[in-house]
Amino acid sequence: MLEIRREIVDALIAHARRDHPDEACGIVAGPVGSDRAERHVPMVNAERSPTFYRFDSLEQLKVWREMDDRDEEPVVIYHSHTATEAFPSRTDVSYASEPNAHHVLLSTRDSDAVEIRSFRIVDGEVMEEDLRIVEELGTDGRAAGRSPVWE
Amino acid sequence: MAIEVRIPTILRQYTGGAKAVDGAGDTLAAVIDDLEGRHPGLRDRLVDNDGLRRFVNVYLNDEDVRFLDGLKTEVRDGDSVTVLPAVAGG
Repeated sequence: MLEIRREIVDALIAHARRDHPDEACGIVAGPVGSDRAERHVPMVNAERSPTFYRFDSLEQLKVWREMDDRDEEPVVIYHSHTATEAFPSRTDVSYASEPNAHHVLLSTRDSDAVEIRSFRIVDGEVMEEDLRIVEELGTDGRAAGRSPVWE
Repeated sequence: MAIEVRIPTILRQYTGGAKAVDGAGDTLAAVIDDLEGRHPGLRDRLVDNDGLRRFVNVYLNDEDVRFLDGLKTEVRDGDSVTVLPAVAGG
């Protein structure tokens, strides 16, 4: 299951609409191992194509270094399809290179209703998962049901 | 002569989980050959018969080696090489 804030979903949809008819792409970073999609980073589609996307290699190095410095990883890798459904294509599956990421697909083929879905892609297998849109991300164990800490 | 090579998550199975390993050589190709001696299998994930694999990005310091000299790019002691899988799809 991917839990993601409405504000970020709105930003992903806006990005996909803005780049239509080319595919839009980017990441949502979060602390390593946390599975929390917290920081949206729209990326340039170096292919500028309606059927293909690829992160610009120098931008990718910059963004990956920034994540390293902040102890983050790409929790979500997203891109849009502009004429087909929001489901990973064969190319998406064969190039998927971050086994821990949620792969979020958007479809802008219907300009009134952008479709958004989330998948895991591991060893060439695609599994759809629930995408839950929330106002705030769930709190972790420290905040839930524990006594306050007095100092 | 030591060149630090940063390894992405998906290739750490070849480095015993290490995020970075040291290599030696005058060119990127030589460094990759050197690493292959200690981390068998890594080379094949980076290069094929035509050179660097299409969906692997290799950087020397801040430059994509595709904009330098590819596998023939010269490296020096203290340089840092970063490998990242390209993020791409259709």
